This record gives sequence, C-alpha cells and structure tokens, in this order.
Amino acid sequence: MSVSGITSKPLPIPGSPKPGIGYFIREWWGSYPVTQLAVLIGLIGIFWVMGSNMVQTMHRLGIQPGFAFLSQSANFAIGESLIAYLPSDTFGRAAIVGLLNTIAIAVSGCFLATLLGVSLGIARLSGNMLLSGLVRWYIEIIRNTPLLLQLFFWSAVTHALPAPRQAFNPIGILYLSNRGVSIPALRLHELSLTTLAISGVCIAAIFAFYMVRRKRGIQHGITEFSAMGLLAVLGIGLALRLSGASVALELPLLRGFNIAGGFNLTPEFAALLIGLVVNSSATIAEIVRSGIQSVPSGQWESARSLGLQPGRIMRLVILPQALRVIVPLMTSSYLDLTKNSSLAVAIGFPDLVSVLNTTANQSGQALEALAIIVLSYLALNLSVSAVMNKYNKRIEQRGFLPR
Amino acid sequence: MRAEKNRPHGWRTKIAAGLVAAATLFTGFAHAGPTLDKIKQRGTIKVGVGTSPGFFAPDGSGKWQGFFVEFGRALAITVFNDPDKVEFTSSSPQQRLPALQSGEFDILLSGVTVTITRAFKLGFHFGPTIFYDGQGLLVNKSLGVTKGSDLDGATIGVQSGTTGELNIADFFRKSDHKFTPVTIEDSNEFLKALESGRVDALTQDASDLALRRTLLKNPDDYILLPERLSKEPLAPAIAAGDDRWLEIVNWTVNATIQAEEFGITKDNIDTFLTSEDPAIKRFLGTDPSLGEAIGLDPKFAYNIVKTLGNYGEIFERTIGKGSPVGFERGYNQPWTQGGLLYSPPFR
Repeated sequence: MSVSGITSKPLPIPGSPKPGIGYFIREWWGSYPVTQLAVLIGLIGIFWVMGSNMVQTMHRLGIQPGFAFLSQSANFAIGESLIAYLPSDTFGRAAIVGLLNTIAIAVSGCFLATLLGVSLGIARLSGNMLLSGLVRWYIEIIRNTPLLLQLFFWSAVTHALPAPRQAFNPIGILYLSNRGVSIPALRLHELSLTTLAISGVCIAAIFAFYMVRRKRGIQHGITEFSAMGLLAVLGIGLALRLSGASVALELPLLRGFNIAGGFNLTPEFAALLIGLVVNSSATIAEIVRSGIQSVPSGQWESARSLGLQPGRIMRLVILPQALRVIVPLMTSSYLDLTKNSSLAVAIGFPDLVSVLNTTANQSGQALEALAIIVLSYLALNLSVSAVMNKYNKRIEQRGFLPR
Repeated sequence: MRAEKNRPHGWRTKIAAGLVAAATLFTGFAHAGPTLDKIKQRGTIKVGVGTSPGFFAPDGSGKWQGFFVEFGRALAITVFNDPDKVEFTSSSPQQRLPALQSGEFDILLSGVTVTITRAFKLGFHFGPTIFYDGQGLLVNKSLGVTKGSDLDGATIGVQSGTTGELNIADFFRKSDHKFTPVTIEDSNEFLKALESGRVDALTQDASDLALRRTLLKNPDDYILLPERLSKEPLAPAIAAGDDRWLEIVNWTVNATIQAEEFGITKDNIDTFLTSEDPAIKRFLGTDPSLGEAIGLDPKFAYNIVKTLGNYGEIFERTIGKGSPVGFERGYNQPWTQGGLLYSPPFR
C-alpha cells in the first residue's frame, strides 16, 4: 500500500540460493496481506452486486442480452459515410460507418494538428515580438475555453456560409456553401483486378529499383524522387489503358436542392475537424515550445559557431533533440484528440458515438452499444499508442544503458 | 527508513474501514425493487421531459410548465396527494430511453411514441395515449415545397433517437427518393440548422415542430406542411416490471379524460359531490368502496381535477386556443365529441 512497504522489502542477496515459493507468495501479497485480501473480496463483491443487479434489471425489462441485434436492419439513415450505406443495412454496418467516420476525423485531425502545432510552437519562440505575441494569445484563448464551446462556434461559422443556390463559386469548379465544400472528384470507371494488378507490379518494380540503389549507397535527391513519382503515375495510366478502365473528372453542379456530384466535405466534418485541430494545435504548440527550450542553449551556440543558419540549426540540431521530449507528450495529445472527436454528437457529425447512441436507443441494447464504443476507442487509442511508442523508440537517446 | 514509522494504523483499523466501505456499497445497490417502492421511499417522482415550450419548459421562476408536465403533477397527486412532489429533468431524445431503462427516471413524459419495438425489445410499458400526433415537415417557404415528395434530393434535419429518424428513412425508401439526413442530438442546434439553411427541412412530430416554429426568428418564413408521414401516439412510458405503477399511471390519465366526459371541471367539481349518480360517486370517492378496494386514496380523481382540471382544461391552458400555442383539439378530444380519448369505466 505505501511506497515504503515496497522498497523496504528484503531483496534476495546475489549469489544466495534461489528464493523459495514462500518468497514469491510474500512478494505477491505485500506487507499487508489481510488488507489486500479484504480489498480483493470487497472489489469482487461490488462487481458481483453490480453485475447481478444489471442481469436482474435486464431480465425484468425483458431485454435479451447479446450482440445478435447487430445483424438486424438498422432502418435509420446516416448523413455521411465512407462506405455505401442504406437504411436497410444492418446495425453492424451502421457501427462500421460510424467507426470509419471517427477514424477519418482522428487521422486527419492528428496530421493537421501536428503541422499547425509545430509551426505555432516554433513561432512562439520567434524573435519577432508581434508573431510570438499573437501566438501566445492564440494559445491562451484556445487552451482556456471549453472545446464544446469552440465546436459550437465553428459549427455556427460553417453554417453561416451562403445557401447552395447562392454558393460562393470563385473559379467555377469549387463551391463553398452552408452544405460544405464541393470540389471536383476523380471517378474510376470499370475498375478491374487487372488494373490493380498491373499498377501494383509497376509500383513494386519502382520500389525495388529504389531499394537496390539505396543498398548500393546511392543518395536520392529531389530529382530522383520526382522521376520515380512520374514513372509511377505513367505506370498507373498504362494500367488503366490496358485494362479498359477510365478516369473521369466529376464536377460539382447545383442540382435541385443541393450541389450534387464531385467530392463533398460536409460542414459538420469541417467544423469538427477545424475545432479539434485548432484546439490540439494549442496544446501541441506548448509541447513543441517546451521541447525546444529543453535543449541546452550550448547546442544553439555551438551550432551557430559552426556557421549554420538559424533554419538549419532548428532542423538539424535542435529539433532532433527536442523530439525526445516532444514525442511522448504528443502521444497523449493524439489520444486526447481521438477521444474528443466524440463531441461530434453535439454538432451533428455521425461519428461512432452518435451512431451507436442511436443504435442503443432504437434497439434497446444500451449496454452492448456502450461496450462497442468502449472497445472501439480502446483499440483505436492503443494502436495510436503502439505506433507512437515505436516511433519514440527510434528517436530516443542511444548509447546509454537502458533505464 | 524503518517500515514501522510509515504505518499510521494497525491492520485491525484497516480491515474495519474496508468492511464499513464495502457494507456501504452493498446497501447502496441492494434496493432495486419495483418503481413504486422507490418513489415512496424517495418521496418524489422522477419524471423525464423534453424541451418544447407548451409541452414542457421551465417558466420565469424555474417551475416546469406544460401539457406533459401537468400529467406529472397529476401522478404526484395520485401517489402523494401533493402536486409538487415531482421532479422534472429534461433529457435529449437520444438519452431518454436508456435513462428510463436504467431507472434514472420513474416515468418519461417527453412525448414518447408508442411502438411495438419499444414495448417488446426495449422493455417499456406505455400508459394511455395522452396526445395523438403525426410526423410533419417544417420547411422554408422560399423553397416552394408543398408536399413531402417535393423534397427529393433535399437535406433534412432529424433529431437522433426519435421515431422521426426511422419514419423519414421509411418515407424516402417507399417513394424511392433520396435525401441527406443531418442527425442532430441537441434541440437548439436542431432548430439552428434550419434557420441557417444548413438543412432544407426539419422533420419531427408535427405538434413539436409547430411549437419550435414559434422559437424561430422569423416564424412566418417557415411553413409546416399539412402532410403527416406517420402516426405518433404520445404516451407516458415506464420501465417494464412494475404492474402496480403502470396501473397508477393508467388511471391517473384516465381520471382526467373521464372527468371531461362527465363534464366535471376544476370550478364545478364541488357541485358534483352531492350527485346521486353512482358512477360519479365512485369516480369522486364520495362512495369510498372503490378506492379502498384498489388501495389508492378514494378521492385521487377528485384531487386531480380539483387541482389541475380535466383533460380539456389542461389542454386549453397549456397548448389550446387559450394559450400562446393555439392548437386545435383535433383527435385529442373525448370520443363523445368525435375524438379518440376514451377512458375505461371507473367501476
């Protein structure tokens, strides 16, 4: 229970015979075995009572526990979806639609928040008083107001855009209205396995070429990379031509009530994305600032004495060292952003929580829906953590004994 | 550092504390008996409501007012003979059903539509329908829309967790038209979506839309289409498993309906106390045998009508012609006048 209870434990003396079974039992129980037992029994008791209460209530209400409802028809429509979805599809598919929407927000949010946050963090340390002052105000205002309020603000901003019939249409192909942003989209027609196979082979060949050259120690510059990119595009073009598939540009057009065609980014998605990015960028800016300031000033001075320019000092000397401080904190920012995306429910974006709340409400399986939400966020955040930890391993200080 | 120094209490104290904590938790969870027991023990009825002025909204002094709210008061009169022993809490349509399931509310008087799914799969019991409604569409006049099928390709605001969310999907599926839903939980955001032009129309129970229309900045720019997409009988909902509580809800509502049928009002009720009509004597409890037999205060119907009035009076006061809302009675009048309200006999 107390810290001293752990540290004052007798450690096995090196070289002495292996500790017996008794040692392990004592180790496990700690210094207060009776208390441990009481707490354990208490905990089991609480969960037992809660569980039996739940089962009883469900039985009384006549609710069948289980996940069978996921294969029943959902019957409600969802406003935006990355995969095809109709009201006649199942609750399970609806949940996947919600999950994909959440992932889309989380991934694009983390990416954009990093770009904005890092730039703001560096700007905060700028010698230009106006710039650093502005950034400071930005950070203070964003960090000290509730995220939900900010989301309502962005939602109001996106809704204040003109109606579709009076849409802002600067260059003829881009529509900005209170129905969102519509831009031309590339549509593939008659896509077949052959197309995919040929393009796959082309890209694999280019990649293999690159790897072989890299093994030989050849440096790749911007020219080589653009050449390879061009080759890849040509390869895909060839694949489309050979397999009879075609690419067409679909332009957004005002039709009836809405702007139809093209790729549409809804105001709800935009409001949520802007809200989350702006909010996280303030935190990330502070993380980046503290990371940079954690690098000893001697590093700046020695880099400057080598004749490096300020931009290169930042990029080559300071940031690589600052990253060791920044990355672990950044992980928690990403996790926050992912979890905060559940506020989407308030501004009408059909994310995981919104879809599953409706599912719970229409099917009556509230606990199951809750379990799916919990497990999905857990899986999502654990994967973010895993990726970030892997990256952290790569950049952490080397040449020291592991701590 | 010596270990003894860091031990503030002996192990006996710790076990005792643990046991006390565990015992407290156990007693906290042990009572999950029928709803009525909980209500009597607590001394108030917990009612879940919505937020539409006329149906349910707090007035200037924070006291809840409205058509559905009055039925909550009537229940408090039946159970406690005190119209104020009731606690109203607003809940979003999405949250209200799980909240009722989990026992957070004793009853929902938030305009819940009776459906077979809710009765069987969600484990709810419904009292008598207290408001017959249908789903409507509220649209901006400038769109020139006159019927639901004109809305092909439109963007429509729906409130999540309502039957409206399902009905609108059915409506467009049936006609093979397309629409884009914007599903909003918060009722203020729901209204703002129409006002800002984010959606072309809102869909919801027609009465509710009529009430919300008055909250818009320029109500005259919007029109509630005469078409009704569905039947929406709105009734009190309770969690299944407490028959006695259900009967109390049933007969409380029936009392207001029966009073109107008898022609008994808040003002003239005392003149009926001397009535020799055996049905009226049973109803008002001047013949106490019925009340004793059912285990309620024999005068519960008298108390309700004396305090709140009959169904018609409640309707007129909160949402009828005498109120700012100004609804027609429509189906919501006694069967004797061509409506759907019909109370089983008090016998």
